[in-house]
Amino acid sequence: MTTSILSVRKVTMAFGGLIAVNALDLELAENGIHSVIGPNGAGKTTLFNCVTGFYKPESGEILFGDHHLERLRPDRVTHLGISRTYQNIRLFANLSAIENILVGQHPRLHTGMVGSILRTPGMLREEKESLNEARRLLAFVSLTGKGDLLSKNLPYGDQRRLEIARALASKPKVLLLDEPTAGMNPSETQAMVHFIRRLRDELGITILLIEHQMRVVMSISELITVLDFGEKIAEGTPAEIQNNAQVIEAYLGRGAASGFGPKTAVATA
Amino acid sequence: MIQRLQHSNWFAAIQIGLVGGIAAIMMSLVGMVEEFTKRDIVAGVIEMGQTLLLMALLAAGYFASRRSPSARSFLRVIEGGLAGATAAFLLWALVQLIEPLSLRTIFLNASPALIKILTFGREGTAALGLMLGLGTLGGLAGALIQILPGRYSNATVQGLAWVALLGLLQELIRVTLVSLPTIGNAVQWMFGGRNEKGLSVLGAVVVFVVVAGTNALPSRQSSLFRDRLRALPIRSQQAVRWISLALVAAILFYLPNVLGSILSNVSNQIGLFILMGLGLNIVVGFAGLLDLGYVAFFAIGAYVMGVLTTTAVGPQAGQIVFGPQLTFWEALPIAVFVSVLAGVILGIPVLNIRGDYLAIVTLGFGEIIRILALSDFLKPYIGGSQGIVQVGKTNIGAFDLNSPQRLYYVIVLAILLAAFISRRLRDSRIGRAWKALREDEDVAQAMGIHLVSTKLMAFATGAAFAGLSGAIFASQIGSTYPHSFKLLVSINVLALIIVGGMGSLPGVFVGGLILVGLPELLREFSEYRLLIYGALLIVMMLTKPEGFWPEATRRQELHEEIGPAGELLPEAPKLQDESNPAR
Repeated sequence: MTTSILSVRKVTMAFGGLIAVNALDLELAENGIHSVIGPNGAGKTTLFNCVTGFYKPESGEILFGDHHLERLRPDRVTHLGISRTYQNIRLFANLSAIENILVGQHPRLHTGMVGSILRTPGMLREEKESLNEARRLLAFVSLTGKGDLLSKNLPYGDQRRLEIARALASKPKVLLLDEPTAGMNPSETQAMVHFIRRLRDELGITILLIEHQMRVVMSISELITVLDFGEKIAEGTPAEIQNNAQVIEAYLGRGAASGFGPKTAVATA
Repeated sequence: MIQRLQHSNWFAAIQIGLVGGIAAIMMSLVGMVEEFTKRDIVAGVIEMGQTLLLMALLAAGYFASRRSPSARSFLRVIEGGLAGATAAFLLWALVQLIEPLSLRTIFLNASPALIKILTFGREGTAALGLMLGLGTLGGLAGALIQILPGRYSNATVQGLAWVALLGLLQELIRVTLVSLPTIGNAVQWMFGGRNEKGLSVLGAVVVFVVVAGTNALPSRQSSLFRDRLRALPIRSQQAVRWISLALVAAILFYLPNVLGSILSNVSNQIGLFILMGLGLNIVVGFAGLLDLGYVAFFAIGAYVMGVLTTTAVGPQAGQIVFGPQLTFWEALPIAVFVSVLAGVILGIPVLNIRGDYLAIVTLGFGEIIRILALSDFLKPYIGGSQGIVQVGKTNIGAFDLNSPQRLYYVIVLAILLAAFISRRLRDSRIGRAWKALREDEDVAQAMGIHLVSTKLMAFATGAAFAGLSGAIFASQIGSTYPHSFKLLVSINVLALIIVGGMGSLPGVFVGGLILVGLPELLREFSEYRLLIYGALLIVMMLTKPEGFWPEATRRQELHEEIGPAGELLPEAPKLQDESNPAR
């Protein structure tokens, strides 16, 4: 058993009377690829928002190393080394691609107002290094040559990859990806799967993934957690999950027995 | 029948003509047309009031032709003419109705003088014929401009615009340029005799031909120049930049000698607004925090300067009870510091307020500061409605800096400093954080940006520039009164950066020249200032929402000089063309 880098313990999050996440436990193994799946409204994105500090859970704790995340502001969470992307891409639309990545590096840089105005040698060095790092990240997500385009003018697939590059810019230890293959065709999806593996293998980043395309989930994940109505209904390897009766019921309704075939077709379409 | 009529092209043309006519009637009834007849554009031929009406006609023809579904240009021109005639007919109808309905009791400006302008002094059918004829011609001309191929229609419009602009700004141009050798003679000739009030006919024709000609030519000159500049080695590019900077500096330095006292005063006015614009540009343009109470910081700067430097201290009326009587230069940093402090203090309560709500709350702050300045409660300290008089002058020792021509240098220095700081901040980590905040506050926070400090930095920097501007303002006019700090100042500054281009530094200068400079130069405008502001803003939002000089995306990936390993980065293939469709 590998060590756990992020522990979610008994976390409950409610909006008014609606319990979005209910006493959820989740252990994220270091250097693993862990998927969270579940029907719409199961509480997956709420879980992400709790971990990244957007929501303050009602109860329970979220541990990242020695740090309690459940009461931290989002910017502090990012400083500690957790980064995320969004289900519907949220780039800084009117900034160029490279500027998006530079903003992503914000927590790693230190120049303040005085340094910026006076252009101190330290600031210039930092700017140069961060620009080079941004170019390197652009190349890493195969966007070399598009860095000076406004991010809103990039094609959809490029925007997805740019958002990941921006998330990587803060040098995170854990990366939370919210449906990275949404709206992609099969070949783009395949490329994204390959890319996510590279993130883990080459950069050593632990990945927590929300995904609807079962083919992706099953091929990439080492561990899968299934949520339904805010509760964990199953957890295990892809093979275990595929044969779990409760999961099949949650996805396809009682009586369905033919596995994930039809759902996959719908999700990919 | 009506159904068929509604679908016919003629009906559409008449509709547009009606809109044009209503616009012309409005301009006539609010008094613009009559007021503006005093200014000739082309001496003896056309004055500004007529130009306004002509613009309505041209626009009616232009849009009638553009909206028309007819494929044949001939028909579209005729429709343009019809629209123009419709507009003119409305004006004629107005003239007919003024007396029987005694419109003058409601619209003071519906005077005999106006009727005379509209009918060219004719009566009866002669007037109708003349007006309809001219209306048709105007509409036809508008439609002709529309059906010309893009390059030529653009050239024509630019040519006309330049003639109008030169005619409008004749006084400025004459006063500044006539004294110069060679150019002075050319200017003198262009504007006709010394006593003429507009461009000479020949001068207007020459201006039009030159402007239209250069625009109509298949001009690759400007883009070629840029390409050639890009192709030069980095060193030479920098040399070109330094030389042009030096040129600008020389002109800026020499300018007050040319402008003289009155125009220097105008340019100082513009300068103070540009200074405020640079500050608000950081708050609104960079950080996206809509601040409608910006005048508060201008007021605080002015009042701190007033209190610290006034010599009217004592128990008598018109004096304040306490004042250290510092010099301008001693008080200046304190004024800026207090403004910054105010920026932070006013910033803290609004940290969690976004968008429209922020605008309303800051609007309140602006008014609170003004009302405090007016209050009896603070009257012993800051003078209440009587204000503070005898504010310190901008002298350095015994050297008098106080004439408009000399104060100009103080203001230019302040602007250069503010522009320099703005630029450095924009291109830094802080500036990127501001822009991220503007684009998406939640995601910016998720990128590790500390919202509180980032917002406060924006408020503080903006307040500093406004405080600086206010302090100089107080010293310039030698007094400080609450009524100088109305909401309208905030609106003016905001309009200035919207017109110039949100977040764009050159845009602030363009906006300042247009929105502060033009009304100062064209006194007739002053009464219609708000009307024209409104119209200009609406037109801007519809046609050019990004402003006259929008912020350019900085090229950082490919045109930064040196690559990672010290080698020059290769040019990206093809992609540049996509990013720059203009070429």
